[in-house]
Amino acid sequence: MKIIVPIKQVPETSNVKMDSETGTMIRTGVEPIVNPLDLYAIEEAVRLKSEYGGEIIAITMGPPSAHKALREAISMGCDDGILLSNRKFAGADTWSTSYVLAKAIEKMGDFDIILCGERATDGDTGQVGPGIAAWLDIPFSTYVSQISEVTDEKVTVKRIVENGYQLLDVEKPTLITVVKEINFPRLPTLDGKIKAKKAEIPMWGPEEVDTLAENLGLKGSPTRVVKISTPKVSRDGERFAPKTEQEMDEVVDRIIEFFEEKEIL
Amino acid sequence: MEYKGVWILGEQDGGKIQSVSYELLKRGKSLSEKLDVDLVAVVLGYQVSPAELDILIHYGANKVIYVDDQVFENFLPDPYINSLQELIEKYRPEVMIASATSTGRTVAPAVAIKCHAGLTADCTGLDIEEGSRNLIQTRPAIGGNILATIKSPNHRPQMATVRPHSNQPMEPNPEAKGEVIYEKVAAEKLKTRSKQVAFIEMKEEGSNIQDADVIIAGGKGCKTEENFKMVTELARLLNAAVGASREAVDFGWVKYPHQIGLSGKTVSPNMYVCTGISGAVQHLAGIKTAHNIVAINNDPDAQIFQLADIAVEADMFEFMPMLIEKLKARLNK
Repeated sequence: MKIIVPIKQVPETSNVKMDSETGTMIRTGVEPIVNPLDLYAIEEAVRLKSEYGGEIIAITMGPPSAHKALREAISMGCDDGILLSNRKFAGADTWSTSYVLAKAIEKMGDFDIILCGERATDGDTGQVGPGIAAWLDIPFSTYVSQISEVTDEKVTVKRIVENGYQLLDVEKPTLITVVKEINFPRLPTLDGKIKAKKAEIPMWGPEEVDTLAENLGLKGSPTRVVKISTPKVSRDGERFAPKTEQEMDEVVDRIIEFFEEKEIL
Repeated sequence: MEYKGVWILGEQDGGKIQSVSYELLKRGKSLSEKLDVDLVAVVLGYQVSPAELDILIHYGANKVIYVDDQVFENFLPDPYINSLQELIEKYRPEVMIASATSTGRTVAPAVAIKCHAGLTADCTGLDIEEGSRNLIQTRPAIGGNILATIKSPNHRPQMATVRPHSNQPMEPNPEAKGEVIYEKVAAEKLKTRSKQVAFIEMKEEGSNIQDADVIIAGGKGCKTEENFKMVTELARLLNAAVGASREAVDFGWVKYPHQIGLSGKTVSPNMYVCTGISGAVQHLAGIKTAHNIVAINNDPDAQIFQLADIAVEADMFEFMPMLIEKLKARLNK
């Protein structure tokens, strides 16, 4: 079985600092990491491989330094990594990104399953997974919390939605985006780290992937970011620090009154 | 033919239109008025009654386009995506918005690829740029640290998903008149490569946090599973959903569907009450569009207080039982 895992390198969001003057992210000193939600896709691929055999290839689009993300994927159990990196790819939105990833996956030949994280923690769109499936014209499932069976023809998945779980049989080849509930990602092993360090990671550009120039980068992206602003975080709400029981009682009354004002009681 | 009209994707479940669709109609109405075009609700369903479709008109739609087929009984991506593509190519709307629900966030990205449309995810603000008729889309990104304004100047339709519950529906007008168009799509568009074999309803009380009007959430500060029950108890009293920080889920006090934040769900309830949650950036990203926030925490520097409308610096183990008791008395329970 061949499994492909598209991943993304993201800034560690908990440490994001914003330049209040320009409204842009201060990238210096922010170590990029593998999108935390992609770790679940990697783990699921490794789990499926141990059950059904086969190979796992991680793929990412990003700056040349994104090979580090692929090495981390290899250290967790992926067999190979492919880096899509070229100035012409830069500035792509989800439409163009999913196009390049889909074209690269086509180049890689037949596959059984593509596993993606639900979304990336920086862009937070969740659009690239379904986008790749649309480009490849393969069936797909989002928000998957369990992959229970894989046969030659189909995959059985459990999909978490607002009011429950949908159990689906999906024809192969297929793309699946997974949620955190699906597993516990393993830590890289020492062997894995050694393998990752030695791994040769090919770097593909528009020629290797055979893309149309008009679909690439900022130029090939339908959406344009026209403004970035830093929202005001503080709501300047009412503040209480009750110490005595009497004071606490008064705050309890204020909260109940607030519930009444907002019509939840 | 030029692109004209504002469309919303109307979601139905078991033949009943979902409330998120009424919220979308309000968003759509302000756009369609500015563009001076019709507001159209598109519904894919099975045996949805005419009376149910009329409600969309009461909530602001000028037209409803409805496609009826058994394949739409349960949500499956292929027929949804292919039918929408066919309808968009036929009618050519200039704007198409869907809710950022599990359905909307599955369908919209694939339709956008197939129609070569720009798509912006999980918007909290939509407007029309005068003159250009461009859709101005605002959304939080990078864990809610920034607000990005996005447009798709050269592509039609302009597509966006909208954060559920980020606005209220309009008052319905039962006198409103409009047209329901029963559409057919080509048989091959109704084919599906996945099929539903079962649906397991989430029975656990208070687990549908994204649709909840009130959410009571707890975090690491609860210290034990036993203490977390204060959160559950308060939720029960208020008919609220139970939310949790990542830590509370990782400790196993509550299941993953309750997790709020960057690696869980984004919520916009009317009221969000939390205790034992200090407010890590990842958690705050999930609650920034909550309409009212009450936070109880013993740490005076807790980040959550920045976002709270009522911030209570107190020991939750003293304060919460008092709040619960007084509410019980108030509710005669």
